[in-house]
Amino acid sequence: MTVLPVNGGLVLAAGLFAIGLLGVLVRRNLLYTLMCVEIMMNAAGLAFVVAGAKWGQPDGQVFFIFILTVAAAEVAVGLALVNQIYRRFHTLDNDSTSSMRG
Amino acid sequence: MLNLLWTIPVFPFLGFLILLFFGERLPRKILALVGAGSVGVSAAVTSLVAYAFITNPPEGHAFHQVLWTWISVGDFHPQIAFYLDALALVMAGVVTGVGFLIHVYSIEYMGTDKDFARFFACMNLFVFAMLVLVLADNLLLLYIGWEGVGLCSYLLIGFWYREPANCTAAQKAFIVTRVGDTVMAIGFFLLVVQLGTLDVQGLMERAQSEWGPASGMATLAALLLLGGAVGKSGQLPLQTWLPDAMAGPTPVSALIHAATMVTAGVYLIARTHVLFELSSTAMMAVAVVGCLTLLLAGFSALVQTDIKRVLAYSTISQIGYMFLALGVGAWSAAMFHFMTHAFFKALLFLAAGGVIHALHDEQNMFKMGGLWKQLPVVFWTFLIGSAALAGIPLIDAGFYSKDAILWAAYSSEHGSFLLWLGAWIGAIMTSIYTFRMVFISFFGEAKNHVHHKPGLTILIPLIILAALSLVAGFIELPHNMGHIQMFSHFMGTAFESAGEHAQTMAEPGGEAMFQILAGVGSLAGVLIAWWFFLKNPASADSLASTPTGSRLHHFWKSGWGFDAFYDKVFVQPFRWISEVNKADIVDGFYSAIAGATQLTHSVLSLTQTGRVRWYAAWVTVGSVMILGALLFK
Amino acid sequence: MTFAFYLFSCIAILATAMVVTSRHPVHGLLYLVVSFLAVASVFYVLGAPFIALLEVIVYAGAIMVLFVFMIMMLNLGPNVASEESQFLRPSVWVGPSLLCLVLFVEMIYVVVSGEPSATAAASEIDPKQVGVALIGKYYLAVEFASMLLLAGIVAAYHLGKRSLPDETTEEAIQ
Repeated sequence: MTVLPVNGGLVLAAGLFAIGLLGVLVRRNLLYTLMCVEIMMNAAGLAFVVAGAKWGQPDGQVFFIFILTVAAAEVAVGLALVNQIYRRFHTLDNDSTSSMRG
Repeated sequence: MLNLLWTIPVFPFLGFLILLFFGERLPRKILALVGAGSVGVSAAVTSLVAYAFITNPPEGHAFHQVLWTWISVGDFHPQIAFYLDALALVMAGVVTGVGFLIHVYSIEYMGTDKDFARFFACMNLFVFAMLVLVLADNLLLLYIGWEGVGLCSYLLIGFWYREPANCTAAQKAFIVTRVGDTVMAIGFFLLVVQLGTLDVQGLMERAQSEWGPASGMATLAALLLLGGAVGKSGQLPLQTWLPDAMAGPTPVSALIHAATMVTAGVYLIARTHVLFELSSTAMMAVAVVGCLTLLLAGFSALVQTDIKRVLAYSTISQIGYMFLALGVGAWSAAMFHFMTHAFFKALLFLAAGGVIHALHDEQNMFKMGGLWKQLPVVFWTFLIGSAALAGIPLIDAGFYSKDAILWAAYSSEHGSFLLWLGAWIGAIMTSIYTFRMVFISFFGEAKNHVHHKPGLTILIPLIILAALSLVAGFIELPHNMGHIQMFSHFMGTAFESAGEHAQTMAEPGGEAMFQILAGVGSLAGVLIAWWFFLKNPASADSLASTPTGSRLHHFWKSGWGFDAFYDKVFVQPFRWISEVNKADIVDGFYSAIAGATQLTHSVLSLTQTGRVRWYAAWVTVGSVMILGALLFK
Repeated sequence: MTFAFYLFSCIAILATAMVVTSRHPVHGLLYLVVSFLAVASVFYVLGAPFIALLEVIVYAGAIMVLFVFMIMMLNLGPNVASEESQFLRPSVWVGPSLLCLVLFVEMIYVVVSGEPSATAAASEIDPKQVGVALIGKYYLAVEFASMLLLAGIVAAYHLGKRSLPDETTEEAIQ
């Protein structure tokens, strides 16, 4: 077996996470927000798998499966919400759905 | 038999509860029976206890009865416990005995008042509180009784509360005595903190053993207690409430503001006499306060026109005598005067009440006149009371008790010629104003019509009290006139030092001279009063109409300007401060807290933009900061 | 293998960056698929072939298909791209970028300052190990995960209905 680039994998996860977060902060389209959340979750999963590989344990991969489950449920509910919002506000701009401001 | 002690206060309290809860529903006859009867039963029990106490004295001449422990926390075990010695017995006897007579009197006097039940409820509560006060074994219980009588005093002065002046008088009495009470409470705290017990007798023992004579702490504690005593007893400088307290019904004035409650200060000092004996400064202060008060009040009484105000000032003056006696260490003389004063002053108030009642609430002496033919019984009893108050020699109780004080003021180790002189001048004044009152209201031409004659329930208490005012003095006679010392021997069981005092008094030649002086003084006072107010009223008027005379008249009538002085020094600045503080400056601090909270809220609510990205950004900032704090701590 | 790792890493980063900056949702979605595939390759390189397959099937397959369906259902008009360009002015990027950069630097710092790998040459973890752990040690979590999915289905069904009972608030809001 070759030496696995474990630190590199964690750095990649951090990078993907930061980019995803950037997207959440910047993009106003709700679809993009959801996609960026997916990126962030994927990055978190990547970090788990890398960590699991680092310690030679299967737990990291098990947690990736859980994250996958959460992501699937999240996307299902999130997209249904996007659908409702578009029907009511006729826009996907998440700044315009700010009627709950204090 | 002594074990019945605890029932003495219980009966008036039960009466109070019955009157309180069923007062509106029961017929007046039953109300009267409950109201006066409960005190009567209490008086009967007191006499049983007294009989047992005198014939078969308990060990150490004191009986201690613990009912239960109130609370028990650490070293703090206040008990509900009663303590009976000669002092407490005399007080309890007077409170229940005189109290019972006044209650009987009130049945007729208050008979037509619509708040009959409320009156008797308050009176019963008062008797209960007063008994708790005099029988209390520890300071806490004593304080409960002390404040309880203050509360009843307030309730009864303002009994006719529809009259704003009565409410003002009640508030004045309450607030002025509260000043004294606060001082006294501080004194209690000092005693408890320094000596570590609430028990009065224990306190006295520890004070003696730990502080010793002439210690500063003892002086301070004694002076603080004196503060409470002057407040309750209407002594200088807190005497201003008592004349106004006459706004209450006359039986109230007789019971609370003459016979019992106002002497609570005398009782307090007598009860803690060991503490006072440790400090000659405090003793001196008591004597000086008493002497000044009796003079001041005597002059004020001379010019009053309201018969009850004359009596109020004379009460202040007579309590001044008691304080003087206490201050010179003549403990049993003070208690003797307390007892005779309770009889004759209650008698005077009740008789005056009879007159006031007969004339349809007329209190101005100058509108009475010539009443001796119309109200003979009232007149004769009033005359006996006046004679006792003025100290007419030999025949009445007041002479003997006052003479004992005068002699002690001169001869005791704390006494001095000046104190005696003040007391003697006061005695002459007493005699003048007393007979001025008699002559103006009962002699001369009739100026008012007697509407109805007092009935038996008014007259019988008067006659009993008159009899007591005459004979009560014979239980203690000076040694050159019979030498009977029943009272001082009995009181000596409560005051260890009274025995020594009796020795210093044994100086026959001098005492006889002072007795003659006292007798001559009081008779001269009667003569002066007769000359100015009956024989030659015009001369009194002309004397009062000279510039100095009218100024003095006005000055004395307003009680030496104390009210105006306090108004300027305390009431008006207080009003001014409250005016300034209308917006409640202290509350501003709390409003500022509330305002800051609100401001923070509105600032924070600005962050609630309703935008998801904004929230996400702040979550990120938070994560960055927490992570940074973890990394670079 | 190391080369493959860096290659796929670069592809993943680039594709993800394109997702965030793309103007049209469908384009973004396609870049996202590329990103997921690249990450799946990374998994394979890291010795997790089972996870790599799941990534491809579930993320790149199922979840992305959901997105595509949603975009089709919403039937966005042609002005979406211009609206996006209007939203994404350069000034909008500055603050979030700085924030994310700081976070990224902090995370890198954590990774670098962590203790070195216990096993320099980690062995491949085969699906069997994962399955044993999943059904053995984590069976309760699996139950919860299944409940979560059920809840997701119910919620999506409810929210996806054409009209909700309180649809009248639409007028109130507008």
